[in-house]
Amino acid sequence: MPQQIPADSVGLVEPKTHRFDTPLELECGRTLPAYELVYETYGTLNSAASNAVLICHALSGHHHAAGYHSMTDKRPGWWDTCIGPGKVIDTNRFFVVCLNNLGGCHGSSGPSSINPETGQPWGPDFPMMTIKDWVNSQVRLADVLGIARWAAVIGGSMGGMQALQWSIDYPERLSHAVVIAAAPKLSAQNIAFNEVARQSILTDPNFHGGRYYLHDTYPRQGLILARMVGHITYLSDDAMRMKFGRDLQAGRFHFGFDVEFQVESYLRHQGEVFSRNFDANTYLLMTKALDYFDPAREFEDSLETALAQPSCKFLIMSFTSDWRFAPERSREIVDGLVHAGRDVSYAEIDTPKGHDAFLLDIPEYIKLFGAYMHRVANETVNDTSEAANQEAGNA
Amino acid sequence: MRDDLQLISDWIPQGATLLDLGCGDGTLLAWLGKHKQTKGYGLEINQDNLAACFEKGVNVLEQDLDGGLGNFQDLRFDYVVMTQALQAVLRPDQILNEMVRVGREAIITFPNFGHWWVRSYLALKGRMPVSSALPYEWYNTPNIHLCTVQDFETHCRKHNIRILERQVINRHHRSGFLAKLWPNLFGEIAIYRVKA
Repeated sequence: MPQQIPADSVGLVEPKTHRFDTPLELECGRTLPAYELVYETYGTLNSAASNAVLICHALSGHHHAAGYHSMTDKRPGWWDTCIGPGKVIDTNRFFVVCLNNLGGCHGSSGPSSINPETGQPWGPDFPMMTIKDWVNSQVRLADVLGIARWAAVIGGSMGGMQALQWSIDYPERLSHAVVIAAAPKLSAQNIAFNEVARQSILTDPNFHGGRYYLHDTYPRQGLILARMVGHITYLSDDAMRMKFGRDLQAGRFHFGFDVEFQVESYLRHQGEVFSRNFDANTYLLMTKALDYFDPAREFEDSLETALAQPSCKFLIMSFTSDWRFAPERSREIVDGLVHAGRDVSYAEIDTPKGHDAFLLDIPEYIKLFGAYMHRVANETVNDTSEAANQEAGNA
Repeated sequence: MRDDLQLISDWIPQGATLLDLGCGDGTLLAWLGKHKQTKGYGLEINQDNLAACFEKGVNVLEQDLDGGLGNFQDLRFDYVVMTQALQAVLRPDQILNEMVRVGREAIITFPNFGHWWVRSYLALKGRMPVSSALPYEWYNTPNIHLCTVQDFETHCRKHNIRILERQVINRHHRSGFLAKLWPNLFGEIAIYRVKA
């Protein structure tokens, strides 16, 4: 619980919901007739609407990126390290928007929400989503908020993929894309890990073909396993060694299968907490969205051609110990952008923290990310306010 | 701007595409972008320099020159520039080859180890030369492959790298009469424009 809200926090925030009644055509060929998106905003949109920043969330993320929902919250939003007054994404300068993606389980329409046609939860009937579909839905939210052009679209991991897709599909609607710890598509190994996670859910006896809501249960064990295997890929070998080593819970061997090593306890705990807060169908859907992501596919498998579409400027960042989306994967994006002659900067942050590093307070990362965002603010926020002043002067 | 950078910027035409190896805080790229509408990228590994480039709006990629330039296609840039870094890379010969492969032309500057002051420092004092162009002690210098104007030109001839232009300047960044006549003796910093 925050005894008192820290000075560099956006403070108490409240999610908003917008209902969309225009059908959304999806990549899978189906159409979502109507849907809701839940989102949060921090900071103030300026009169020119030039200071808006979109935050795209990762696999298990949601719209609550910064601040607190109540004074009893144990922890702030998932990217509070980077979003707030005076922070990297400075809410004194930027108007920050973060939404829960379609198919999610934190308030936006998804498998656990009610299908108006049946009056029952959608469950496995909720259409499969792709990164491209999400971007299309985010465009509509931007329209609702009166944002014609984002100062920046920013995301880590799967969020970075959305930022990349934005730059390809809607080049005129963003000035900068910040793509952190991402990849231009998943590798066979990435897909393999996702498949293990999915199988653990799909084979849980409580899954009931995805209609577990009707049985008043959920595939708890499957979700726990899915999260455990996922979590291993978010940490590096070094990070695990430093955090747990071979430390034993009780200091000695029990010669049994109960929790003995610290790392076992940690993984089980992470899985347990996750299983209580995350919907299994959403997990299945989001991992598939990751697997399908491959923007080059529309351009005859040429990433260079795909990356010739954007007109925005890019910051690409990776972390040396990230083996889920290793630096080489980020460099594929950089090489494609350089080949296409796009404005791009790239930083490789030296850290043992693995894939999760993008969420953490790593001084070198914060410094570089902050320097870039400072420039974004100077280019997009100040320019227009100067222009606005000039206009006011002319009038 | 540093005088050698000023000299280089005079050589670069309007609208050229550039790759600046070891671009530092991005001063040269920022200046050329603003005054000559050039487009390009800097390569850098120092975090403070990366941050400075980010702030300036200069495209910079974190990349170690010792890993080569394999990620850039042949003749991708009009100019590949490397100022005061040739002597600090692991394999100057390889980076030179890479520069003339990736760029239509390459511009290189380095401290001339053949300068009379360097020679007399070593000859008279018997110690590793320290000067404004070579401000380090032997134990902490990043300059691991120092060369002279003559070394460089011999190397270029041997490896079919054509020297298009040469400037040598002294510590006051002026190009005097003596330096023009005897560059290897009176040039403190050498600046070359070369191509394959």
